[in-house]
Amino acid sequence: MSRTRPLEGELLRIRDEIHAYALEFGLDFHEVRFEVCDYDTINILAAQGGFPSRYPHWRFGMDYDQLSKGYAYGLQKIYEMVINTNPCYAYLLNANHLVDQKIVMAHVYGHADFFKNNAWFANTDRNMLSVMANHGTKIRRYMERYGQNRVEEFIDRVNSIENLIDVGVLFETSDSKRQSEERMKTAREEIASLTDDRSSALKSFMRTKDRTHVGPLPAHENLDLRDKRVNYPRDIMYYLLDNAPLEEWEADILGILRDEAYYFLPQRLTKIMNEGWASYWHSHIMTTRALKASEIIDYADHHAGVMAMSKQNINPYKIGIELYRDIEYRWNTGRFGKEYNDCEDMHAKLNWDKKLNQGRQKIFEVRKTHNDVSFIDEFFTPEFCERQQLFTYKYNPRTGRNEIETRDFLDIKNKLLNQLSNFGSPVIEVESGNFQNRGELLLRHVHRGVDLDFGYASDTLRNLYALWKRPVNISSRQEEQNITLSFDGKDFKQSK
Amino acid sequence: MDHPIKRDHARFRKIVKGRIRDNLRKYVSKGEMPAPKGDGTFKIPMPSIDTPRFKFGDRNQGGMGQGNGEAGDPVDGQESEGPGDGKEVGNQSGKKELEVDLSLEELASILGEELALPRIEPKGKKAMPSVTNKYTSIGMTGPNSLKHFKRTYREAMKRQIASGSYDFNDPRVIPVKRDFRYRASDAKVEFENSAVVIYMMDVSGSMGDEQKEIVRTESFWINLWLKSQYKDIEVRYIIHDATAKEVNEETFFKTRESGGTLISSALKLCREIIQADYDPNEWNIYPFHFSDGDNWSADDTKICLEILDQDLLPASNVFCYGQVESRYGSGQFYKDLVTRYGEDDEKVILSKIKNKDAILDSIKDFLGKGK
Repeated sequence: MSRTRPLEGELLRIRDEIHAYALEFGLDFHEVRFEVCDYDTINILAAQGGFPSRYPHWRFGMDYDQLSKGYAYGLQKIYEMVINTNPCYAYLLNANHLVDQKIVMAHVYGHADFFKNNAWFANTDRNMLSVMANHGTKIRRYMERYGQNRVEEFIDRVNSIENLIDVGVLFETSDSKRQSEERMKTAREEIASLTDDRSSALKSFMRTKDRTHVGPLPAHENLDLRDKRVNYPRDIMYYLLDNAPLEEWEADILGILRDEAYYFLPQRLTKIMNEGWASYWHSHIMTTRALKASEIIDYADHHAGVMAMSKQNINPYKIGIELYRDIEYRWNTGRFGKEYNDCEDMHAKLNWDKKLNQGRQKIFEVRKTHNDVSFIDEFFTPEFCERQQLFTYKYNPRTGRNEIETRDFLDIKNKLLNQLSNFGSPVIEVESGNFQNRGELLLRHVHRGVDLDFGYASDTLRNLYALWKRPVNISSRQEEQNITLSFDGKDFKQSK
Repeated sequence: MDHPIKRDHARFRKIVKGRIRDNLRKYVSKGEMPAPKGDGTFKIPMPSIDTPRFKFGDRNQGGMGQGNGEAGDPVDGQESEGPGDGKEVGNQSGKKELEVDLSLEELASILGEELALPRIEPKGKKAMPSVTNKYTSIGMTGPNSLKHFKRTYREAMKRQIASGSYDFNDPRVIPVKRDFRYRASDAKVEFENSAVVIYMMDVSGSMGDEQKEIVRTESFWINLWLKSQYKDIEVRYIIHDATAKEVNEETFFKTRESGGTLISSALKLCREIIQADYDPNEWNIYPFHFSDGDNWSADDTKICLEILDQDLLPASNVFCYGQVESRYGSGQFYKDLVTRYGEDDEKVILSKIKNKDAILDSIKDFLGKGK
């Protein structure tokens, strides 16, 4: 793409310098290719999730609209972007100051190391650049054949269930996939032979016959079989791919969008860790190596901007970097384990220092094996919580404003974990594909304290119905009551 | 070549416009006027075009923050997003209210499509001079950004050939200062159809705030449509109770008078304005009158009809009367006009506006004839 160009001159020299520091500190990454581009290009890339070529869809246009306006009004500016590929592509904004470019490069090497080493990214496709481009070509072809409106409408519907995926699938290797498929197959055959004594010839005849007529479509056959074993009940995208009466092109697109959703999933699972890690390294590389005396003010200004705390939101950059630093400090001084935790002498605890110097090693370990949930669960301590001045807030209907609710450690930790669990989406599982023995789809919202937004849920059901083509239901809880929301293609119904 | 995202962007704009059209009635009846911005575009708050997903309800969820303060202290009102918040792949952009900018033409065409409004056939000759600058000529001076390279080099070549310094074997052309040519603008006068809208509003005691709001909303959309049809348009405002006076736009919508109603006073003033400033042969004239229809006396109504017949109707493209229902009910004037002109007169358009929901239909009444 001619909109970006490779580094040259001074930037190239800076890159070599930062690259050397990154290696010196033991960061381990696929080759990083920096490209320079203008703000419009970086807005385009950001709107498309970092990729130069995506399938056509109005949503990218909308994001581009918003980003362009945000930039034009001076509300926001994207300094940098990096995508998880091999080689790893990173884009720099040409209008940045040199010191900003330094920070950004150091930051990018942090991300690149994280992409390569964090366990949750182990199975992501590093060829995504060309995969995405291929997806684009395929979908464009479908649009030519079936009409843009029709295909785009289908994509809208699939987008509606894009968050109905299962984190466990990330660890499915091709081996384990094959095994589980075989298990499924034998199970199916067993059940089939148990419940159906018609000859296979007859069955295959019925199948071919089914395929030719409209109405209840072939995928709805063997209704009772489908409920027996679902490997990943939260992977509703896959469930629909497997069981919904889709045309071939529809199934292909659903598969494409599912692949892309899984590609982005690890990044949603490690937001705090990933940003924290990159920030830790840009800060470390800049302050111990790369920074010139004349650049300190600009650096401090930029860094403080990125780390700004907000009363409304948690800044993942800030929490992340501080948590890594805290871990490093604790493992350097030995402030962990039974002996430290059981110590009741406050003075001894305050001056605890076992001179272990295992901090650096520990954070490298942590960045390899954790995701945001386990990161917080394991390393978030009462001391840390207090130092970071964290609190939870709640809307007070009496005063009509948000007010600080509590600074209690456990409350905060629970709330944080709740927000992070299942990448911030409600946990929803397939319960049955033959609900009420009528081929209806039943999903179950695993309620963990927060109700669903029923307005959104209704609209989502409408889209699900368009895919499933039979009534769809979701069981959930609303204001302490069990409730099932159903949509039959015309009307919504709520039943207790 | 443009990046493919421009097509996605165009698609998005199209969806947005469709959405605005679908919701036009709601916008209009809620009195939510698109906010005009300085550059001639309008800002419209959009109903969300979010992709629906299963997500948590906002209620009783609250959030988390960092900073000082005791339990019970407010956390609002302190937006402190750092300016340098780098953004990366997978970062969900914050949920902001979606606002869309539309140009006057786009907005007017949405109104036109939704109401199936015909284009207006202007009468009179094109008399209003309007000056446009077009860069069609060449000047000796100008800013560098307007430098005309081809002409500049041609001048330089001419000079070099004339002075004999041009070498055909080594054709090097080097412009000096006096060779430089710049694109220059030519003022071009075009004649346009001219139009004037004269709004008259009854501000007597019986016209309450809601009635005025209706008039305000309606006049906004009428202006919008007429502006899209005529290049330049003048708008005059008259308020009246028992006497009439001309006011500026702000006063027009804010004034609250009391007392009786003599509709003829407004029509008289309107006649004076037309006679003084607008030659009916050159101008497209649109008098709009809004009232609750409670005229003081049958005698005054008689005078009104006289003025209409003799002066206003011959001069105007069309005379529009909108009767806004007030809390005292609907007045007699509408019936008087119907008796005189019928419901389907070519020159007199009558519309009853019962409440805010009726505004859009009333606009269609007024503008649907393409006059």
